[in-house]
Amino acid sequence: MIATFVLRDSATMLRRQLLHLKRYPLLTITVIGQPILFLLLFVYVFGGTMGAGLPGSEGGAGSRTDYLVYITPGILIMTVASVAVGSAISVAIDMTGGIIGRFRTMDISRVAVLTGHVLGALLRTLLALLVVIAFAFLLGYRSHAGLLDWSQAFGLLMLLALALTWLAVGLGLAADGIETASNTPMFLIILPLVSSAYVPTDAMPAGLRQFAEYQPFTPITDTIRALATGAGPGADLWVAVAWCVLIGLAGYRWSRRLFLRMPAK
Amino acid sequence: MSTRAFAIEIDGLHKSYGDVHVLDGLDLRVAAGTVHALLGPNGAGKTTTVNICSTLVEPDAGKVLVAGHDVRRAADHVRRVIGVTGQFSAIDQVLTGRENLRLMADLAHIDRRRVVPAVDAMLERLGLTEAADRQAQTYSGGMQRRLDLAMTLVARPRLIFLDEPTTGLDPRSRRELWTIVREQVADGVTVLLTTQYLDEADALADRIAVLDSGRLVASGAPDELKRQVPGGHVQVQFTDAGALAAAAADLPVAVADPESLTLRLPNDGIGTLRRLLERLDDASVAALTVEGADLDDVFLALTGYRADDAADGATDDAVLEAVR
Repeated sequence: MIATFVLRDSATMLRRQLLHLKRYPLLTITVIGQPILFLLLFVYVFGGTMGAGLPGSEGGAGSRTDYLVYITPGILIMTVASVAVGSAISVAIDMTGGIIGRFRTMDISRVAVLTGHVLGALLRTLLALLVVIAFAFLLGYRSHAGLLDWSQAFGLLMLLALALTWLAVGLGLAADGIETASNTPMFLIILPLVSSAYVPTDAMPAGLRQFAEYQPFTPITDTIRALATGAGPGADLWVAVAWCVLIGLAGYRWSRRLFLRMPAK
Repeated sequence: MSTRAFAIEIDGLHKSYGDVHVLDGLDLRVAAGTVHALLGPNGAGKTTTVNICSTLVEPDAGKVLVAGHDVRRAADHVRRVIGVTGQFSAIDQVLTGRENLRLMADLAHIDRRRVVPAVDAMLERLGLTEAADRQAQTYSGGMQRRLDLAMTLVARPRLIFLDEPTTGLDPRSRRELWTIVREQVADGVTVLLTTQYLDEADALADRIAVLDSGRLVASGAPDELKRQVPGGHVQVQFTDAGALAAAAADLPVAVADPESLTLRLPNDGIGTLRRLLERLDDASVAALTVEGADLDDVFLALTGYRADDAADGATDDAVLEAVR
């Protein structure tokens, strides 16, 4: 397989994905709507109380905005996770179609179908992140971060998206149906709840706190948060990047193995 | 590939799923530039043979060369020259007909400048131009099958596998599809066709391989196969279902078709005919025809009687026995 064919096949499969996204916009709307709903819920329902509990908060009228600033990085990570859940579903739907069997009889790069899904998911993530950030600004979010900080934050979020999407592709392939594929990746939404994404880990009891501090979403959230406040990436950057690379590689290898092993329908 | 005499060479092919031996030592040669039909009942191993030749399924044992390439060791080379249209539509329901064809043309790595003309020509050829910009899920069954075939052909494969391509199609769509297959063969393409329809094999195939329980039970040109069953058959058209049922009960070797009210039985000479006529009641018979052997007779003889371990002569005796 010549390298240019790998690129052309991936581009062809991406175009197929974009047509799917265009014909079925509902999945995109749902995965963007979920983090926005959580942002509204956390800021307006819990925000006043939660903000007052943040270290350094003076309480009072400013609490809600303090919490908005605190939680926005967490919501951005939920956005990435939410798009990944959608990708698991769309991979599972795709595998039920007869065209996958046809792809297998063609001389195309092995996992081009999956690469198409992943590239499509990355574009969808980018779109979702922009919408969610714009929404946060609309609610009063302000940042002192410069262009360099934001581009680094976006870089890390996209790396996370790449990692979680490959994992989600594997979950979609491993699922025995569309129902399963929409349930198994839910831990990607739950896990950030037990991290520094929504509340500081200091407030958690021992045991849970250790878990929260050592699970991948905490260093990733902390790095995004540090960048978004203009304080630079901080010490956790490399831990965050390492987690993303590890999850991504494992997800890719798993997905590839599942896809190549799948029986002909 | 054009320099090779055989497009497909299969030796001692075995494939089992659990305890079921789907293919049990199949040997087959398909000459380049011909249509070869695999004929057999459900479960004979036709689709498995196609799946193995098209690199979808790995064989358990045996050697399979497609266009000279080993399907196990050189699957990529095999995939470069083949096209597959299977029983279940392998089209992207969400995309339009045009988008589906464009997808295939791109994946076949056709020169970019030639993609659009190639797609347009294929839409035109298969009568899909008007529906080209509608999503494939809105197509009728016949249109979906045509699109499926178009997607195979747009990549210009040298060897095409058609797995029961006309199952479920109306007679007109079937004939259209046959015409397209013949055009491909005229261009030098090799076709391996599986079918349960004998008229389809008769109309299209240069050679026919009859499969039963994963083995080759007969092989040859349609006329050669027909000559193996010398007598042909007698067909009796009844006026009512009761008379048909009564006659069928009397004649165990006969095959009754309640829908068309016809009874069909092997013919092995004047004696058979005379005895048959003695048994028939004038009032209940609308027509009686004596025909030369067709592939139905071959099929029955090869997969029906012989499966019961009957000797060659026993078939004739059984007919006489039944007619007496």
